[in-house]
Amino acid sequence: MAATATREEIEQRVFQALEEFGAEPDQIGPDAEFEALDVDSLDLVELAQIVEDDYGVQLKGEDMEGITTVRQAVDLVMSKLG
Amino acid sequence: MTRRVVITGVGAVTPLGVGARTLHERWTAGVSGIEDGFGRASEFEPKEHLSVKEVRRSDRYTQFALAAAKEALEDAGWEDGPPGDPERAACVIGTGIGGIGTLENQHIILREQGAERISPLSIPLLMANAASGVVAMKHDLRGQSFGTVSACAAGAHAIGMAERLIRHGDADCVVTGGSEAAITPLATAAFGRMDALSDSGISRPFDLRRDGFVMGEGAGVLVLEEEEAAKERGARILGVLRGYAATSDAFHLTAPEPNGRGAAKAIELALEDAELSPEDVIYVNAHGTSTPLNDRAETQALKSALGGERANQIPVSSTKSAIGHLLGAAGAVESIATLLALRDRIAPPTLNYEEQEEGLDLDYVPREARPLANGDTPAIGISNAFGFGGHNAVLVLEAT
Repeated sequence: MAATATREEIEQRVFQALEEFGAEPDQIGPDAEFEALDVDSLDLVELAQIVEDDYGVQLKGEDMEGITTVRQAVDLVMSKLG
Repeated sequence: MTRRVVITGVGAVTPLGVGARTLHERWTAGVSGIEDGFGRASEFEPKEHLSVKEVRRSDRYTQFALAAAKEALEDAGWEDGPPGDPERAACVIGTGIGGIGTLENQHIILREQGAERISPLSIPLLMANAASGVVAMKHDLRGQSFGTVSACAAGAHAIGMAERLIRHGDADCVVTGGSEAAITPLATAAFGRMDALSDSGISRPFDLRRDGFVMGEGAGVLVLEEEEAAKERGARILGVLRGYAATSDAFHLTAPEPNGRGAAKAIELALEDAELSPEDVIYVNAHGTSTPLNDRAETQALKSALGGERANQIPVSSTKSAIGHLLGAAGAVESIATLLALRDRIAPPTLNYEEQEEGLDLDYVPREARPLANGDTPAIGISNAFGFGGHNAVLVLEAT
């Protein structure tokens, strides 16, 4: 599946995860900051697990460092899918 | 001058429903919250009380505590945190086991899917201090916060510690109580293997046919405040926490000392702490687990601490007859039940009590509630909580 995932699909999956984490749906978007969504480091570890389950992409702690927006997270997954 | 501790708010989640007054009203009416041998908090729907994030970030036991705390704080008239300096507000919430449901589920994931799949939330959810930490965080309680762990006495120990914090001057108000959600496969099987659970699935404390306790779940939370501060802010005062004491049996890992030695001492010391005598006590909310050993030892303890004659005159009933045993939440839920019973001047019943055992001859208020007659004297009662490990904690409450 990993090879065929589009940016839109990954973005939608991330949006869905953020909503499950308790972020307000109307605040979720590509440029939303995790801090503003009340998404913290524990949530990001879970997000990494979800991405690994769904797309086979392994994200390590250091990969997530400096990731502060939804767009950056999606970019990171896309780059790993290469 | 001694600082006195008053109760300004109560909240509960129990097998009889959500709400402290729901617990009181239904128990008094003789309703049982036990179904199929378990006292589940089946009316509790987490999303009705908590945000999506709160639900995700808390074990069921913490969810109960959050909901009970919310009710208690509203009941106390608190708005957006504690009255006064938040650094003078503490939070002490006990539990028997903590987030055992999370522990069991994560262990299944570990075995079946491996260490990489374990949730990063595992530890913060399962730790036995999660309830106190999360409640403190939610309500901006910046003084001391910690959990108490003493099995089925944990809720009472928490309230006792909270009372001491205020009396000693370490805090001006404390959100305190107990919470438990241990109706899980492992905990149920383990209690069963100890032969502690009722085979019949009936909770009938003090009855000849009692055959063990029925597991329950839920939470009880109280708001305690220093009396002068509470009066100054115009708080409605539900009652006074007059006294507290705790002892240890130092006898056996699970069995109570057969003569109730440690329990009796705790009752005596609690009355002494309250500067009261057995003559002042008009109601006893017993630990009354429905196990053969507890109910016999507790009856002995009451006779020994109150005197045989006085013990026979005081109505003694067990909340566990209606909701089962809420373990670390029991002492807190039952102290709330005691307070509301005293306020209404009524002794709620020991449900299912029918057959007397020789030597168990106190007035157990069988099956139906009964008015408490106390004339013009204050309505004072005691609430007992005893735990595996030989822990005994006793609270003395006065309704206002």
